[in-house]
Amino acid sequence: MSKIKTFSKGGIHPQKYKITSDVPITDAGIPDMVVIPVRQHIGAPAKILVQKGDKVKVGTLIADADGVVSADVHSSVSGEVTKVEDAEAGSGYYEKMITIKVEGDEWEENIDRSPNVVREISASPEEIIEIVKQSGIVGMGGAGFPTPIKVDVPSGKKVDCLIINGIECEPYLTADDRLMQECAEQIVIGAKILNKALGIQNAIIAIDENKPKAIEAVQKITRSYVGVNVQVCATKYPQGAEKQLIAAVTGREVPPGCLPIDVHCVVQNAGTVFAVYEAVQKHKPLFERVVTVSGDAVNNPANFRVRIGTPASFLIAKVDPQQDVGKMIFGGPMMGTAAINKEAPVTKTTSGILLLKQTSVVDPVVSACIRCATCLDVCPQGLEPFAIANFVRNAEYQEAKKIHVLDCIECGCCSYSCPARIPLLDFCKLAKYEIRKKK
Amino acid sequence: MLKVSTAPHFYSPVDTRSIMLNVIIALVPAGLAALVFFGLNALITMVTSVAGCVVMEYLVCRYWFKVPSTTSDLSAVITGLLLAYNLPCNMPVWMTLIGCFVAIVVAKMAFGGIGKNIFNPALVGRVFLFISFPIQMTTWLKPKIFDFLNVDASTSATTLTLLKHIDSSTSATMLSAKEGGLPQYWDMFIGNVGGSMGEVSAAALLLGLLWMLYKKVITWHIPFFYVGTFFMLNFIFWLSTDSQVFDPLTQILSGGLLLGAIFMATDYTTSPMSVKGKIFFAVGCGVLTFVIRNYSSYPEGVSFAILIMNAFVPLIDMTCHSRIFGTGKKQKEK
Amino acid sequence: MSSLILYNALILAAIAVVAAVVLYFAAKKFYVKPNVLAEEIAAILPQANCGACGSAGCQDFANKCAAASEEDFRNLYCPVGGKDVMAKIAQKLGYQASSHEKTVAVLRCRGNCENAPDKVEYIGLKSCRLASRVFVGKTGCPNGCLRMGDCVRNCPFGAIEMDPKTGLPRVDTEKCTSCGTCVGICPRGLYEIRPVGNNGVRVYVACNNQQKGALARKNCKAACIGCMKCTKVCADVTVENNLSYIPTTVDAEQYGAELAANCPTGAIIYTGKSNEQN
Repeated sequence: MSKIKTFSKGGIHPQKYKITSDVPITDAGIPDMVVIPVRQHIGAPAKILVQKGDKVKVGTLIADADGVVSADVHSSVSGEVTKVEDAEAGSGYYEKMITIKVEGDEWEENIDRSPNVVREISASPEEIIEIVKQSGIVGMGGAGFPTPIKVDVPSGKKVDCLIINGIECEPYLTADDRLMQECAEQIVIGAKILNKALGIQNAIIAIDENKPKAIEAVQKITRSYVGVNVQVCATKYPQGAEKQLIAAVTGREVPPGCLPIDVHCVVQNAGTVFAVYEAVQKHKPLFERVVTVSGDAVNNPANFRVRIGTPASFLIAKVDPQQDVGKMIFGGPMMGTAAINKEAPVTKTTSGILLLKQTSVVDPVVSACIRCATCLDVCPQGLEPFAIANFVRNAEYQEAKKIHVLDCIECGCCSYSCPARIPLLDFCKLAKYEIRKKK
Repeated sequence: MLKVSTAPHFYSPVDTRSIMLNVIIALVPAGLAALVFFGLNALITMVTSVAGCVVMEYLVCRYWFKVPSTTSDLSAVITGLLLAYNLPCNMPVWMTLIGCFVAIVVAKMAFGGIGKNIFNPALVGRVFLFISFPIQMTTWLKPKIFDFLNVDASTSATTLTLLKHIDSSTSATMLSAKEGGLPQYWDMFIGNVGGSMGEVSAAALLLGLLWMLYKKVITWHIPFFYVGTFFMLNFIFWLSTDSQVFDPLTQILSGGLLLGAIFMATDYTTSPMSVKGKIFFAVGCGVLTFVIRNYSSYPEGVSFAILIMNAFVPLIDMTCHSRIFGTGKKQKEK
Repeated sequence: MSSLILYNALILAAIAVVAAVVLYFAAKKFYVKPNVLAEEIAAILPQANCGACGSAGCQDFANKCAAASEEDFRNLYCPVGGKDVMAKIAQKLGYQASSHEKTVAVLRCRGNCENAPDKVEYIGLKSCRLASRVFVGKTGCPNGCLRMGDCVRNCPFGAIEMDPKTGLPRVDTEKCTSCGTCVGICPRGLYEIRPVGNNGVRVYVACNNQQKGALARKNCKAACIGCMKCTKVCADVTVENNLSYIPTTVDAEQYGAELAANCPTGAIIYTGKSNEQN
């Protein structure tokens, strides 16, 4: 086995809390009603194709990608469209959503529902890209960047390395971990499919050290697939961040303002690769995903296979939550967003729903910066968060830009480790918003 | 009621208070050594100094700034301890209190409190006392192991004073000075020599350093490069002049060098933040200490060296930055 | 001894002469001819450098004034200095002073602690601009005030302060120069620059919520629900996206009291003869 790799600078070691890594993925079931947002990705919202009263099946296209940076949205249930209007998202804002009342579970005919694994890749590279596009696949790690754009290499650019991101460095989350344990072969086939689309021969599946079972499961499969290898990475946050992962696996660093493609790499999340497999081999568009429901206010944390659009409350009811829930987080505790609406739907990018106890949600007392330089040491991007914070306090956003605040990957290492509890990441984010606004 | 917050939703268990607590723990061995060698006097000075610093910080917060007191972060305790370690054990109490006043009120709070001072408060306090009361500040009691009351107080010269003496004299006195006693390495290592309370025992200070490195309170750069620079300069001069003055080991083990390199120069607020900056800073301290010790009228140069370099910290911070990810020499096209 | 003094004196004198020569030529070389008129106008200006006039600071405005023809000058106005300052500048230039009305920033939200109680607690950097991107706000209103005071911290004239009773920022009409900083800084765009009105009598809709009535009322008792009642009082009032807007042309003294009285939620604020404001 090759050496354990990691990125060179910064990073932290938060408590892992991977309490669900041995809990098998179970079907969450179908709720009475699903609410599907038309914007579950970075870019323009999809154009709605259905009207109130329309009947839809599982897998029916209900919203069409609007422009290049956008993604299709499919129905995750069968039934009747009851509302096509703004509904409350997790943040409390109202967004365009399609509400579907569930009637039965009727799937589109061409979807292969059999459990057998399809190993033969019959689609041509162009067909693969087209299928990925029509299946509405986006990066399922959290950012939601439409996958077709990443797979469709622009002319003049060269790709020599496909990295499958199985790191999942956020505490609590185990969705990708479980998926790799249970569906290792599908992920490896998915990697081969992407290989074909990209026109290269090799793929590296990066998994971090603290998932021995996933490593074992994937390694068992990769023995019989040429070109797909497992790379074990050190357990360190933010190992799963795209730029840090490329640095760890290949030693190449993505320059500021550039994309992974500029260092000839394509990174895909393990869940996304699984979705690619299902789309290409089983004709199944992206309408369900694995979600970890966990947290210290949950008695029976679990990994669920969830239809997109399922309200969070439906899942929460299944895990036996405690009474004193203080915070609900969509995503991981390091980069996820706190939500105020328990009816908010699961989207393509929701990797977990965490419930934290009232007592474990404390308002940190902010004290003065003691110039301990911890934020410099932990920043994986080599930034100086304390200096950025000082500039933002004085509204000197252009100065903050000069010290590269735009390279911040918002991993939260600085805020996490600041002994004075200064919300350094908040300052960085504010600077980024203000600089982008001025443009 | 649900709570909403910005990411991250977790915090590291390390906070300002726990960092300061670790520094205090690291200071304990040196304090114990001081008690062993200087007895009750040392305890009185330490208690006075710590109490003085804490009370003054509290008063300033309450009645001048009119904000909640910041004494609970324990930084004033460290300032007090470090100030005490920089004083001879038989310091009159009122002088110690003056030192506390200068350290806390003038050097720390007047600049805005923790994190905003330019100069190391304990060192400013010490230097103020050193200039104001040179006699008391350079009258060192002979260490007496486990004699707590230290009744028959006889004074002794520090190693550095002896070295200074050699420097300005003929070879005849050099011999006599040697007979009169440059201390042995071992005595200097465990602390059985005259000097300020906290600086005598190199062993205790090194224990503290190991603790702070283990707890990741400080990085190794400043102590290493400070002592390393100083060692190299002495070594070069020792080889080229063959003068006992430059004996590198004696130079390092004597005076406040280790105390300064481990506890004073590494003070967060008054040292640079980037690694590059820390190395610059430490090398500067080493060179200045060497120059002041050997070419000025003072026998000791650590305090002045660190204070002078403190003044350069903002400049160093402005010029030394860490490498931005994806830029710089590590970037090679494959 | 005396020769020592002499030498010292001579050397110092020589240095002084050399330095003086260098300074003389430097001053000649780098001399910038001042625009006397612009300097004089700049001296009249408030020197707040707020940019409310549209120029990059007071000096720039002064330069523009100095170079302007009488016609161009009419378009120049310093909202901070107001009529008095403009009259002085006009006098300096020998032009006719233009007639501008004094304006003031008003907050179009009444979502105070009572009307719109907190539904969640917020932890993090207290900044409206950041918080508005994280979530909808403590009150649940997607268009209302976030009550974290970015406007208070950024007002260059200290004219806005947080009212601890209501939780909302309050504009001091006297101090406000309508420089427009708050208009730009508020992530919800709640501030509007409106004429102070005769004797401070003005009327405006203190709500920015564009949701449907029931939804708006769910979060805030004082929300505009788009009921159109105000349009019946005065035909100039418009309702768009469930939100009423009273144009500045509506005569506050004539319609104000009636508009406010007819609003079922109290979203319309009418300032009477005194300068009171909620």
